[in-house]
Amino acid sequence: MKKRMNKTAKQNAITYGIVILAYIIMQSMLMTGHISSSLSGLLVPFCYYVILAVSLNLTVGYLGELSLGHAGFMCVGAFASVFFTKCMEDVITVSLVRFMLALLVGALVAALFGVLIGIPVLRLRGDYLAIVTLAFGEIIKNLVNVLYVGKDSSGLHFSIKDAMSLGMEPGGTTIINGPQGITGIAKDSNFTIGIVLVLLTLFIVLRLISSRDGRAIKAIRDNRIAAESIGINITKYKLMAFSVSAALAGLGGALYAHNLSTLSATPKNFGYNMSIMILVYVVLGGIGSIRGSVIAPVVLNLVLDYFLRKFQMMGDNVVLQFLSDNRMLVYAILLIALMLFSWSPKAIEWRERVFHKKQPKEAE
Amino acid sequence: MSFLNYLISGISLGSVYAIIALGYTMVYGIAKMLNFAHGDVIMVGAYTVFIATASAGLPTIPAIILSMIVCTALGMAIEKVAYRPLRNAASPLAVLITAIGVSYLLQNLALLIFGSNTKSFTSAVNFPAIKLAGGQLNITGETSVTILACVLIMIGLTLFINKTKPGQAMLAVSEDKGAAQLMGINVNGTIALTFAIGSALAAIAGVLLCSAYPSLTPYTGSMPGIKAFVAAVFGGIGSVPGAMIGGILLGIIEIFGKAYISSQMADAIVFAVLIVVLLVKPTGLMGKKIQEKV
Repeated sequence: MKKRMNKTAKQNAITYGIVILAYIIMQSMLMTGHISSSLSGLLVPFCYYVILAVSLNLTVGYLGELSLGHAGFMCVGAFASVFFTKCMEDVITVSLVRFMLALLVGALVAALFGVLIGIPVLRLRGDYLAIVTLAFGEIIKNLVNVLYVGKDSSGLHFSIKDAMSLGMEPGGTTIINGPQGITGIAKDSNFTIGIVLVLLTLFIVLRLISSRDGRAIKAIRDNRIAAESIGINITKYKLMAFSVSAALAGLGGALYAHNLSTLSATPKNFGYNMSIMILVYVVLGGIGSIRGSVIAPVVLNLVLDYFLRKFQMMGDNVVLQFLSDNRMLVYAILLIALMLFSWSPKAIEWRERVFHKKQPKEAE
Repeated sequence: MSFLNYLISGISLGSVYAIIALGYTMVYGIAKMLNFAHGDVIMVGAYTVFIATASAGLPTIPAIILSMIVCTALGMAIEKVAYRPLRNAASPLAVLITAIGVSYLLQNLALLIFGSNTKSFTSAVNFPAIKLAGGQLNITGETSVTILACVLIMIGLTLFINKTKPGQAMLAVSEDKGAAQLMGINVNGTIALTFAIGSALAAIAGVLLCSAYPSLTPYTGSMPGIKAFVAAVFGGIGSVPGAMIGGILLGIIEIFGKAYISSQMADAIVFAVLIVVLLVKPTGLMGKKIQEKV
């Protein structure tokens, strides 16, 4: 038992080490100026992609359920945190403190949504759960798009019709302006904060899955009925994993939002597309492999960025245009190929024969 | 009168959902998987008709038949390449994730081939509008044909399943794959047949959908596809009449939601229906209760 614990701790240390090493390399490249502008623009995105992938992997890999509404939680976290930042701009002037509080607000509000949505959703399983989380993600996006919030001297005003019906005093400002979203966001996030948040996310997730609660969550995934029969409270642990996952997605969303100047909920950033993209990272890194979720988004984006720049230098505009327009096509093919390769019984047998030099299993 | 007009357009939209939902419900009943790519097969069907009539100059009926053939082939190919290898995979999520991948692949291929600009689809329906109550109640030709097609497909499918041998085989496979195989039923063939029928229906649904709402983009199929799945769940998954009732009710709810509550919130209302149904009656209106084996 002791040896096993050490092994887990060692594996976790490697994962943290990779992140810290990547940070040191990137930071020294930034210092010495050996970094292209497109890559330096990707550094903060890497951080929130990793946070989102790790948090989704908690649901998919450890809870064993497919959530297609991850972008919805990201959306909640993004809007809640930016709303907080906008309201507190005059009160808290130190941007670091304000940003930390905003991140906390984003994560907490997303966690609250995770619990509220989790209570009905987690009664379902498999395909139903996937489609209902998708539905919730779309509902969240829909609601944010009709939400108008304004602030004046008498306090906050809410409306779901238009900016005029807020009924504000002449001096009031509209904070959330329906489909236009929030504009003029302070760019508080940077690479260092992003890496700290990645490490925090890893710490929370890795601690959770190797704890007693984590073992209960894995037991539910492996055999729900057996887990229930030995007295594991199914609802409690499912809700725990789901809301932690949601909270971390909210954290990722908050980081995302503070890297932009304008935040609005479009199908592209908070729709179903985003949830799928995160899912591609999780599948590419390996379902249930936290380290994989750390590496996959970075490697995939670096490879794509490399090819984009290579074709740009070669002046091959056709391929360049093709790659930048059809990123999702590449992702789709990757997703199908990886699923077939890693889950199909025939492919598993083939891999065992070729890579592990094992005799094929006798028919039972 | 506007109430009746909304009701009629709700039934019309619902009939399209019902035809799509039939494809979902049959595949779900038999292969126990959610075929996410079904909605995108609709889009492929609509594009086929668009290309066949606008570029190749085919008349409408041959174009629709061509589109059904294309979709059938596509559906069977997807099943064979992407879903069949994963049928006995250890995790039930594997095939679901692959289906999402296929859905994305189809959308992005369409984007690559046809571009992202909206094509305006010429209605495939050549049927006069019916005006009742002194012109206040207007039933368009598309509406009449859609509702008629839905009813005919429903009747045909019910007869097919209950009266023919392949139909009975489908019932047997959906009941118990292993036992069906022991009785000499070709399980793989039956599942492929189900995909073929579902995809052919998707082609029809695509034409009807784009005749009523004539803008065609690579994303045309995905939202109606998801809503049709909601309809299939609403009616009780695996049940043919359930898909019909669920589809029509959902269409009415959507149109009424748009008309009386908020047009921006119509999608949210439809999804809220799904959530309520799954919480109150998870087996749907006409679904069978499934006992869980321990």
